[in-house]
Amino acid sequence: MRITRTLTAALLMLGLAAAPALAEDEEPKDGAPTEAGTSFRTATEIEQGQDATASGSAGDYLYWSFPADTGQRPTVKATVKLPETHAAQTWQVDVYDGLRRRQSCQYGAQTRTAAADAPSVEVACVLRTVRSWSEPWANDPLPGTYYIRLTVTNLSTGDLGLPVDASVRVDSKDIGGAAAVDGSLGEPLVPGVAVKSEAEDEDSAVLSSIDPDDGWSSGWWSDRWVWTAVGGLLAALAGIGGYALTRGSGRPTRA
Amino acid sequence: MITRTRLASGACALLAALTAGLAFPAGAAAGEPTGEDAPKVNLVLDVSGSMRAKDIDGQSRMAAAKQAFNEVLDATPEEVELGIRTLGANYPGDNRKTGCKDTAQLYPVGPLDRTEAKAAVATLTPTGWTPIGPALLQAADDLDGGDGSKRIVLISDGEDTCAPLDPCEVAREIAAKGIGLTIDTLGLVPNTKLRQQLSCIAEATGGTYTSVEHTDELRDRVNQLVDRAADPVVTPVPAEGADRCPDAPTLKSGLYTDREEFGKQRWYRVDVEPGQELRASVSVGADRAVNPSYGVLLRAVTVHGREIVRGEAAGNGRTDTVSTGVRYPKADREDDPTETVCLQVTHSFSAASGVKTTPGLPLELTVDVVDGPSDSDDVASFGLGRGWWLLGVLILTGFLAGLVWGWLSRWRVSVWRTN
Repeated sequence: MRITRTLTAALLMLGLAAAPALAEDEEPKDGAPTEAGTSFRTATEIEQGQDATASGSAGDYLYWSFPADTGQRPTVKATVKLPETHAAQTWQVDVYDGLRRRQSCQYGAQTRTAAADAPSVEVACVLRTVRSWSEPWANDPLPGTYYIRLTVTNLSTGDLGLPVDASVRVDSKDIGGAAAVDGSLGEPLVPGVAVKSEAEDEDSAVLSSIDPDDGWSSGWWSDRWVWTAVGGLLAALAGIGGYALTRGSGRPTRA
Repeated sequence: MITRTRLASGACALLAALTAGLAFPAGAAAGEPTGEDAPKVNLVLDVSGSMRAKDIDGQSRMAAAKQAFNEVLDATPEEVELGIRTLGANYPGDNRKTGCKDTAQLYPVGPLDRTEAKAAVATLTPTGWTPIGPALLQAADDLDGGDGSKRIVLISDGEDTCAPLDPCEVAREIAAKGIGLTIDTLGLVPNTKLRQQLSCIAEATGGTYTSVEHTDELRDRVNQLVDRAADPVVTPVPAEGADRCPDAPTLKSGLYTDREEFGKQRWYRVDVEPGQELRASVSVGADRAVNPSYGVLLRAVTVHGREIVRGEAAGNGRTDTVSTGVRYPKADREDDPTETVCLQVTHSFSAASGVKTTPGLPLELTVDVVDGPSDSDDVASFGLGRGWWLLGVLILTGFLAGLVWGWLSRWRVSVWRTN
């Protein structure tokens, strides 16, 4: 009886630990940016879950940056509203990490061609899961700033400079313990972080002042703790069971 | 979830405190954000004869520009120093030489007096030639001084009529000379040739090109550009990389800019102490027509020439920049001396035929030397396990251990009893 109860409790714990993986969505906040930068240096900072918009001209390179933390798998979606009449044009979204290394997309139409006079075009990129650590020789996504670059890669000269409206949104799926690797970075991969810690003036411009809502995760917690602990507990119970089997029921038989 | 958040924020606070404590005491690092000087914007307006054409919302281009200017002047943020320069406003004659010198400062760059500026704009009447190149040169001179961000907004309705001075090359030279000067261009009811010329000018300086067909588009765009100038941005520090590592300049954490010619390499040095991590990223901009395949390579090399780590990126098609980065955590062994890491930057852009190859392509380099390199002892977090297989193995092992223990103790009891 007791064993059953303990087991139930253990399973419940497991369930609780798995729960955070489900709900990470945020409500869209007011005050989402309505501008985009034009280079890495001037990228507009956005939060995950915000619908950022920007007006620009076909041919502009639009830049945004967002924070992504350990265990998240960000999805970048961008929609471009095109002018009423235009020729076919190809739009592309690229994502770069805090070291300005291009990050691959696992899924999503990163490049898409809008047919002539199509009202809008949508591009998307699902990144790999952000790891807390990777070897310096690897290109794995690490916690820190990520840059989005949205631009047209192929357009006719006649369409150059025509007004377009772009909107981007980043959402993340929490992958949880399955992606929990050992080790962590001394500092998140935020450009200018070394300069920022020295600068005393709060208002002065920095390369990236990005910070997730609840701060960077310490990388200490993962549901692996629960799995391992529950495993240990079950092993102990199985041990008791195995021991009990050898004793039969009740008192040891007299020799 | 709450526990996780608290833990995370606690750890972050600790981390922040540690970083603050450990922050190296070096004085002002190069590339430290400046931005104390006011941002400057110079609006350059084409007042050539063709501005008389009545094709923007039923009014003449000039009237549309004046209306847009009035609204822009009203909306200009306080901190922005704004000036207005005209081209082709004064000389109505046919002498090309005189016509091509016709550019004048209508309102000097400085704190804005809205009434005066508006009065000055009201006097304009479409007159002469379109000397874009000379106007840009003068406009850049107007903006001289201070290290705030600088922006030229060029509004024109016709391509440059003063060849052979190519305004595109002029723009590139201005960009190579001044730091953080951007030229944005707007074409009023443009034809193909004007589009190409103006977008070439914009591209040369990292600016943007917009086609304008309505007054409100003009107003919105100029407003947007002026606002952009007011955004605080880190100004990069000029650095001049060397051809080889021993001659290279030593950089501290910060943002740097340089020029790299086609087929050349640039070397920089960074000092990394044990227990610190070097992070460097480099972007090479395509500020002119380049061939469609390109790449960039950033290598971190020891002073003896051994490669530590490299970052590489390649691409094809239309681009503004190609970038890559490297990370080098130096192990924390106390007896190690400070290591000098050489950074080598090469790019594989090639200029399209007929495009000048000097000055070199703009290069932006960020260097961050942060504390605490990271290490990992295991693939999994703290070496912990996860999954049903783990549970199965643990249960099985536990069960077997229980059995063995049980049998062992039964055997011991029976041995004890028999004795």
